[in-house]
Parts: sequence; structure tokens; C-alpha cells
Amino acid sequence: MNMNLLTVVLFLPLAGFLAALGLPRSSAEASRRWALAVSLVTFVMSLGLLAGFDRTAGGEQLAWDVPWIASPNIHFAISVNGVSLWLVLLSTLLTPICVLISWRSIRNRAKEFYAFLLLLEFGLIGVFLAQDLFLFYVFWEVSLVPMYFLIGIWGHERRIYAAVKFFLYTMAGSVLMLTAIIYLYNQAHTFSYAAILNQLSSGELRLNAQEQLLLFLAFFVAFAIKVPLFPLHTWLPDAHVEAPVAGSVMLASVMLKMGCYGILHFCLPLFPGAARRCSGWIAVLAIVGIIYGALVAMVQPNMKKLVAYSSVSHLGFVVLGIFSFTQQGMDGAVYQMLNHGISTGALFVFVGLLYERRHSLEISDYGGVATAAPWLSTAFLITTLASIGLPTLNNFVGEFLVLQGTAIAHFQWTVWASLGVIFSACYMLWLYQRVFYGKVGEAVRSHVSDLRAREWAAVVPLLAMMVWMGVYSQTFLPPVGQVTAQIRGMVENVSQRVAQPAREVARVR
Amino acid sequence: MSADIVVTGFIGGDMVRFLPEIVLTVMGTLLMVLDPVLRKRSSSVFGHLSIGALVAGIAGAVLAYSHAGQAFGGMLRVDGFATFFRVVVMGVGILTVLPSYSFLKRQGAETGEFHALLLFSIAGQCLMAAANDLIIIFIGLEISSIASYVLAGYLRDDKRSNEAALKYFLLGSFATAFFLYGVAVVYGCTGSINLTVVHTLLTFGGSAQAVLLGVAAALMFVGLGFKVSAAPFQMWAPDVYQGAPTPVSAFLSAGPKAAAFAVFLRIFMTAFAPIGRAWEPLVWLSALASMTIGNFAALRQTNVKRMLAYSSVAHAGYVLVALTARSETGIAAAMFYLAAYGFMNVGAFAVVSHLSGRGEKRQSIDDMAGLGQSQPLTAAMLSVFLLSLIGVPLTGGFFGKFYIFKAALESHLVWLTVLGLLNSAVAAFYYLRLLVVMYMRDPADASGPVEPLTPAFRVALILPAVGTLFLGIFPSWVLDFAARSAALVK
Repeated sequence: MNMNLLTVVLFLPLAGFLAALGLPRSSAEASRRWALAVSLVTFVMSLGLLAGFDRTAGGEQLAWDVPWIASPNIHFAISVNGVSLWLVLLSTLLTPICVLISWRSIRNRAKEFYAFLLLLEFGLIGVFLAQDLFLFYVFWEVSLVPMYFLIGIWGHERRIYAAVKFFLYTMAGSVLMLTAIIYLYNQAHTFSYAAILNQLSSGELRLNAQEQLLLFLAFFVAFAIKVPLFPLHTWLPDAHVEAPVAGSVMLASVMLKMGCYGILHFCLPLFPGAARRCSGWIAVLAIVGIIYGALVAMVQPNMKKLVAYSSVSHLGFVVLGIFSFTQQGMDGAVYQMLNHGISTGALFVFVGLLYERRHSLEISDYGGVATAAPWLSTAFLITTLASIGLPTLNNFVGEFLVLQGTAIAHFQWTVWASLGVIFSACYMLWLYQRVFYGKVGEAVRSHVSDLRAREWAAVVPLLAMMVWMGVYSQTFLPPVGQVTAQIRGMVENVSQRVAQPAREVARVR
Repeated sequence: MSADIVVTGFIGGDMVRFLPEIVLTVMGTLLMVLDPVLRKRSSSVFGHLSIGALVAGIAGAVLAYSHAGQAFGGMLRVDGFATFFRVVVMGVGILTVLPSYSFLKRQGAETGEFHALLLFSIAGQCLMAAANDLIIIFIGLEISSIASYVLAGYLRDDKRSNEAALKYFLLGSFATAFFLYGVAVVYGCTGSINLTVVHTLLTFGGSAQAVLLGVAAALMFVGLGFKVSAAPFQMWAPDVYQGAPTPVSAFLSAGPKAAAFAVFLRIFMTAFAPIGRAWEPLVWLSALASMTIGNFAALRQTNVKRMLAYSSVAHAGYVLVALTARSETGIAAAMFYLAAYGFMNVGAFAVVSHLSGRGEKRQSIDDMAGLGQSQPLTAAMLSVFLLSLIGVPLTGGFFGKFYIFKAALESHLVWLTVLGLLNSAVAAFYYLRLLVVMYMRDPADASGPVEPLTPAFRVALILPAVGTLFLGIFPSWVLDFAARSAALVK
């Protein structure tokens, strides 16, 4: 039963996608309803994972493993752990929300739009579940295609440029990862992630320091592009600004997490020694990203661009937390991944709702929205406060843990990173002030109406999650902690063993 | 020229092993003879007959494989490898005939000779696939080439088609001469033209004439490099692919290429395998140059056929990477790739042949604008082919690339792998441009509506797309066979 549940959650969106292709082109309504139904059923099914998941056991659970290709031996192996569980739930929660907020804004070629949205959900869930390196790569690329079309077909003016840039950046990174995956296969003769880890820990598979470093970098660059880590972030503002609302939400909330998850789940356990060696400059890049993202966000005249740059800043915290190699830092990083998914997702939803009404993303076109649409403004305020890390709301927990963790490892990192927290308050509150307060313009008064029932349905779950995650993090953190503790253990153990030969190699040279 | 060779060798079980070539040649000749009679009745009967012949040929190839072994005193070698390529080239033939129904009708050029030439060319390629003797290879190469020179110039009143044929003919004969020269040198050095014998001599006979044999390998490399359009012998490809009638371009980009690669693999992995270290750098360079020149030149093209021509240069480079690996995994990877390439590239050209319209006026990338709305099926199928050419997972093109670079890494060709894969990221750009135009631009109104799909053309689109996806989702079916038959020398 449990075994099947994971596959049900994974394949439902795919089945929904295939069926959606058969729907009539003429009726946008039918496609919308179908997509909503499929994504809601998937969400309910994924809640069933919570029941099937043993919170005390830790490790990979609900595994399902069938041979796919005989030679080279590739398995369709999926399972879920304490981190991927929440990321899968995040994907399944946001997909129906994306359907709801696209209800009115997507009129052109609605059938394809919703079909691609379901295909995207399939790819994303697959990325978080895959336990076979090859399968992981397949899902990684499969999720790229629907997002490319979502941006390119339904985006704004410069959509084509943004879509192609997005595709090429990711592709360039992922071919390096593919090289590394094949190289690992040729050494280990298996794609199974668990088997490779076993071989590494038993010493059956040995990678010298240089091999480890190069393989680590090949994986890391692919993931860092997706995160995105400064200076590989330049595709992100374009993609976010040009994408339709649903595209921005899925991109920010879930797709960026593919990179973070990849670093945590693959880079560190596979190449712990190299990860330790590189942690210094990676942390520096993360901090630069935090501060740079925040400063650039501050001067944006465009709301979507502002939120996009704030993502660069927020995800810097995630990377910093991971590379602090402390329990708190890594827990905080995972928590921050989820927080960012909820609160930045919500910000994009609101920006989308404003755009649907006023048809502008420029901050200067707004002002006084609080008078015209009080409920919308209140909901936006809660999200803003969550995003800048107000206690009792979700981001506070994550940021606090990350900063605490880095303080244990390197106090100067904390000092610099906390600047980002301050800046985030500046740009978000200033944005809120300019858009919602002040004089009500004529255009705003006549066009900006308050939330409708369907929009409430999309927004309330996100607001509820912000409060829940801010007040009672114990729901989420214990399973996460088990996974991060295990990864941290690998990094510490193996790095001691690897450090020895690495120094010898250096001496010989 | 081919006829007497075909007739003289009929002895016993040899005939079965030669079955595909017999079927194709007989049907080709019949089509020529019956042309005046049949033309009055129905114009599509030629297509039906040649598809029938090709299906029978594939059945013949399978039957021949059940009697695997040598034929005609070791001149032919019917093994898994030969059967694989015979099926591939005849499959490419079927995929070429299907879109040519509506194409030829539109150009008002439905004759038996088109199909007859196609069948002769394929017969030559089948012969190349099974040949185990340098002279037989040469004969197969000539049968295949001469028929395809004529096919390239098939639209007699079209200037570009004429230019393509002339260019292809002149450069092609020049390249074949190089090949023949190489054959002569091999014979001079070893006293044999049988690949197995040459292999044995080189393995045990030492390397008395190592330099001369290196020269022979280089000469043959030039001849075959031309046929597969590998750099630096790729110059003809863009002009010929652009000028030739589109179904013919589709055929040229897949059929002769697959057969030439079969010969390439057979010669270099059997006869010249013992001197592998000598030719490896040559192929390494050519592989890298083909990928780089092909991909970067394709970036700048505005004509779809020309773009696909440069892309086929790049794809020849990928297959050469597999050859550089000099291993059985490499041979299997090359075989798989060529099968996948047959599906995706012929499919892509089929779409172009449908869109180009009367007199092949519409060939520019911009003419595809809005195809996603006006013809969703055509656009969706072309997307499958393009994604496969890019190498996105779940398509045959992805697995092909994956196996090739896996083989390359096994042979420690790390740099070639990294450069090749980065190349494929560059390639994504120009394939994406087509996707962009089809789905993200509004239809261009000047060019007029695209013709509706005919049933035969529907099959011509769906068949290769299904093949591409099948190879992407269940690759082991084909790969296992390729891996089993990759042991060329036993």
C-alpha cells in the first residue's frame, strides 16, 4: 500500500498530463477544471505520505525500485526522506494554487498551459524522489522542458529571450553533471545512489582528491545555476519577470529548491572531502549573493524583479546554512528552502493578482492600494512580514537557525549575512509603502478590486502555512533533522579520512 | 555495373544471405520497366511498391540473419552488425518514401524512377553494411552514391537541385577515388583485400609497412569522412542538403551516412584495429572539429534545411567520438545512435518537406511561425524530433549521446567528452530557435496557409516520433542487440 502511494503521487500528474492532451482545444474551462482536479487529488494523495512516513525511523522510506533499462543497469528507484517529503508536499500544494491563480489570466491556448503545468509537477516530484543518479538526471531535464514552454509561450514581452536563456543556462550546467554521473558509473558500475555511497564508505570505490574535486564541481555548478548562486544568477531575474504568474511561482517556490536539494542530497554525501575544501569560497559567494541580491532588489522599479532579486538573497542563506556544516545551519537551510517556497511563492501570487487588475508591474503605477483593496493589502502585509523574518512567522525560524549555525562555525560569516536580514526589511517595507499606502490614483481606484473567492482559496493555504511554520516548527523539523544529521556525519567522518591522502598528494607534487 | 556482380555469385545458402539486395534490385528494375504502364493508372502505386519492397527487404534481412555467416567466399559477412545496419537503412528508406507521396505530387514529379533510384541506393547501402571485403565495400559505395547523385538532382527544372547534384557528384567521386587509392595501398602492403585476412596479418605479421598502412588508413578516412560529412570534409553537405528535394535530403542525411559509418566501423575496428593508436588522434580531431564546426555554423543559419545540414555534420562528430573510443561499447553506442538519428532526423526533414510548399519556396525558419497553432500535430511531432536532437531525456537522441559519451569516458577520453557535451549545449540554442518560432510567434500571414495533412504523411510523422520516443524509454531492446553484435572480430 505504502509502496504504491509514492508512485501514485508521482505518476498522477503524468497521467493527468497525458489525459489533458486529449481534451478539446476549444474549451479552456474543461482544461482548467481537469488540471485543478488532478492537482488536488495529487495533493490529497501526497498528504497520505505523511501518514505512511515514519517520523522516528529516519533514512529513505517508502522505497520503490524496478529495473528500467538492463544495460547499463538503470533502475526506476524512488524513495522519500525527511527532506524530500516536505519538498514533494510543497510541489503538490503549489500546483493547485497555480491552477487557481491562472484561472482568468490564461485564456490563450489554455489546454497546453495546464498540460505543461501538470508535466512540470511530474518532473519536480520526480527530481525529489529519484534515488538512481540516471533517473535523477532524467527528471532534472524533464522538468526543464515544460518550464521553457510556460515562460516562452505565456510570458511577457521579452519572454523568448528569457526562456532561451533559462534553458541554455540549465543545459550548460547539466551536461557537466551528466559527465560526472557517467564518470561515477564507470568507476562504481552502478547508478544506484545508495550503492555508490556504500562503495564509498566501505572503501571499495576510491576517488583521489583531484577526481573528487572535479566531480564535486561538475555537480555543484549544475546545482548552483539552479539555486542560483551568485554569480550564476543572471538568468533568474529575466525568467521571473517574463514568466506568467504560475511560472514564476513554480520557478521560485519549487524549481530553485532542486538546486539546493541537489547540493544537500548529492554533493555533500558523495564528495564530502571536496565539499569541505570548497566550503570557504562557496560561503563567500553565498554571502555576496545575500548582500548583492538585497541591494539590487532595493533599487528595482519593477515588482517582479524586486521579488526575483530578493530570491537571490534568500537562497544565499540556504547555501550558507548548508556549508556551515552545523546541525542548526543545515536544519535552518532546509527550513529556509520551505519558507522561501511558501512566502516568495505567495509574493509572486500577489504580484500576479495586482498585475491582473492594473496590468502593470511598475511600482510607480501603484499607490493607495490599501484603500481600494484592504483584504488584499492585509494578506500582502502578512507575507511581507513573513518574508523579512518577523518572529512567529516562518522565515524567522529558518534565518535564525542559519545564522546560529554559521555563528558556531565562522562568526564573521554571520555578521555579513545578517546584513541581508536588515536589507530585506528595507526593500520589502519600502515596496509595501509605495504600493499600498499614499494617494489612490484613478487607475488603481477603478481597476484594483479586492480578493475574490477563488483567489482567497489560493492565498489562504499559503498564509496558514506561514503562521504554522512560524509558530510550530516541531511539525516539520524533526524529520529534517534526522536527514541533516546523517549528512553532517558523512561530511565529518569522511573528510577526516580523505584529508590524509590529500595532503600526501600535495606533498608528492 | 552492379548487375553482373549480383548474378555471378549465386551459390546455395549464399543467396539467402544476399536476400535484401536481391529483393531491392529486382523491385528497382521492375519499377523502371513498369513505369510507363503504371503511370497511367495511379501515381501513388510506385510508393506502395517501394514500401512493399523495403518491408520485404527487412524481412529478407531477418531471414538472412537466421543463416548468419559468410557468403561468396568471405566477401560478405552477414552478422548482427550487418543485419542491424541493413534494417536501419531500409527503415530510413520507408521513412523517406512516406513523406515523398505528397511531396512528389506537389512538385508534379511522380515517376517510377525516383523510387527505383531510391531502392538501388538502399541496395548499395545494404551491401556496404554486409561487406567484408574492400572491393565489395567500394562497389556498394558506388551503387549507393551514383543513385543518390541522381536523386539529389531529381527536380530537373530546379537550379538549386541541379547545383546540388553536380557538387555532390564531383566532390563525391573525388572522395571515392581517395578511398580506392587507400584500398590499393592496403592490397599492396598485405596482398589481400579481405578485412579478416588483413586484420590477422596486421595482428601477427608485425608492422613492416606501418607507415604505408597509416597512409592507407588516412586515405580511406578521407573517402569515408566525406560520405559521413565529417569535418574537414563537410563543405558539400549544406549546399547539397539545401538544394536537393527535401525527402532526398532526409534520405542523404541518414541512409548513406549510416551505411558509411557501418563501413567506417567495420574497416577501422577490424582490419585497422591493430594500428588503432595511429589513427586515433586523426579521428579524435575530426570528431571535435565536426561537432564544433557543425554546431557553431548551424547557429547562424536562417534556412531550415541548411541548419539541419550543419546539425548533421555535428551529429557525425558525435558518432566519431564513439569510434574514437575504440571499444565494443563504442561500436554499440554508434549503432544505437545511428538508429535513433535515422528516426529523428528523417522525421525533422519530413516536416520541412511538408511545410516547404510548391516549388520548395518556404524553407526559412521564420516560415514556421505559428505552426503550433495552425498545425498542432506537425508542430508537436517536430518538437519531439528537435528535443531528441538536443538530447533531452526520454528521447532516443538522449540515450544515443549518453551511450556514446559513456563509451568515451570508459576509454578515458575525458576532454573529448566534456567538449562534446558542451557542444551539445550550444546545439540546444539553434534547435530551440525552431521551437520558439513554432510556438511563441504568431503565424506569418504572407506565406499562406499550410496544406492539410494527408494520411500517408500523418504516418510519416507519427512513425518516426514513436520510434524516437520508444528508443528513449525502452532503449535496451535495440541496445542489447547492438551490444551483442558489436564484436566484429571473432
